[in-house]
Amino acid sequence: MFRNQYDTDVTTWSPAGRLFQVEYAMEAVKQGSAAIGLRSKTHIVLGCVNKANSELSSHQKKIFKVDDHIGVAIAGLTADGRVLSRYMRNECINYGFTYESPLPVGRLVVQLADKAQVCTQRSWKRPYGVGLLVAGLDESGAHLYYNCPSGNYFEYQAFAIGSRSQAAKTYLERRFENFADSSRDDLVKDALMAIRETLQGETLKSSICTVAVVGVGEPFHILDQETVQQIIDAFEIVGEQEGPAAEPDAAAGQGAAAADQGGSTDEGVAPMDI
Amino acid sequence: MPKQQANWSPYDNNGGSCVAVAGADYCVIAADTRMSTGYNILTRDYSKICKLADKCVMASSGFQADVKALQKHLAARHLIYQHQHNKQMSCPAMAQLLSNTLYYKRFFPYYSFNVLGGLDNEGKGCVFTYDAVGSYEKVGYSSQGSGSTLIMPFLDNQLKSPSPLLLPVQDAVTPLAEAEAVDLVKTVFASASERDIYTGDKLEIVVINADGIGREYMDLRKD
Repeated sequence: MFRNQYDTDVTTWSPAGRLFQVEYAMEAVKQGSAAIGLRSKTHIVLGCVNKANSELSSHQKKIFKVDDHIGVAIAGLTADGRVLSRYMRNECINYGFTYESPLPVGRLVVQLADKAQVCTQRSWKRPYGVGLLVAGLDESGAHLYYNCPSGNYFEYQAFAIGSRSQAAKTYLERRFENFADSSRDDLVKDALMAIRETLQGETLKSSICTVAVVGVGEPFHILDQETVQQIIDAFEIVGEQEGPAAEPDAAAGQGAAAADQGGSTDEGVAPMDI
Repeated sequence: MPKQQANWSPYDNNGGSCVAVAGADYCVIAADTRMSTGYNILTRDYSKICKLADKCVMASSGFQADVKALQKHLAARHLIYQHQHNKQMSCPAMAQLLSNTLYYKRFFPYYSFNVLGGLDNEGKGCVFTYDAVGSYEKVGYSSQGSGSTLIMPFLDNQLKSPSPLLLPVQDAVTPLAEAEAVDLVKTVFASASERDIYTGDKLEIVVINADGIGREYMDLRKD
């Protein structure tokens, strides 16, 4: 994409029928550090890569609890993400106050999408520069949605956004058919493996990633660093040895589901492209 | 036609009494479970006690519809606090919030007479007592509701805590053991049920201490 005479205002169409400002906003999402989400029938796991400005600073908070049954991971302008999280929290609280029951995720993402659309049709506003992976549980099951700056939203079995997310998406594409029946622990493992794909060679440690889980009987919460490091240690012997690593992993007693995963790992996943 | 006065009131009084007693490392909050209107009983089994936070419990007598609305309002505010601060509200913080919430409706008040009880940040028991528009004070013990005129003098007799206006500043906390405080509360309600028609049926007692929140019930006179 390059500068042209139709990209100054969000309210100006290009002759080809595009709104360039909205597309530029979606570029902002691609610049943010990676966030991934995947779901089974009963659980959803969100993960993200922590980016810190320098070694001296703390990292950006990219995963937010919205309610006991809903959480969100963001990529892009984290300030916009923070503001939208606050909006989502308020909506959940107000709905709970009026109806004494949890806000269905499907309703929340529509409200979020409508809010984003407003910013694409006002000359004095700009689109939100953040993509949101909304994970939520309601009566109809476990859901994962992706909300764009454009005002569109889609439901996914698994998805990744942000920089180098294509590597994670490739990993998820190969394995998503197994996710629906995965156990919660396998889902977390898959999330960490997907995060590792985006790191392109860098060692996966709990200090550079954040993982959160929500599921049936499990309110949304962020896993603490120790737990995450233990899971990483359990499956990662050496970063590149995907094949042999799968065998001891299955033997580590993760049950039949892991054996299935182990099988598909051997044939499905190619070593990381470095 | 002679001048007429309004004969519809937005308020009703559902009666009942509440008590709270603070100890060195515990707090006892109790209320009866009778809900009435006029000279009738609506139900014998209605809880006037609400848990606002991990270490903070509120008992309210008065107009229960307003009490319910107030409880919901505080619960929503507490959720926002938890999202922003990543922790539960302390009892003194909740006490201030309750006061502000009540005063917000200074010109159409919540008809709710509250006592707030819990543990402060150091684990010591604390009790806060309110009027309908948010004036509050930290005390060692308090009672509100239809039986408070009968209960308060008795508590004064047993527990009188020194005035906070005196110098040197003395502790507002009761030197009773937890079991003794619970016994005292039971006695107090048994007496109040004798003479106050709006107090009776069942007594709900909530005890907050380092182990968490415990609840017990005691039968009262049903007449």
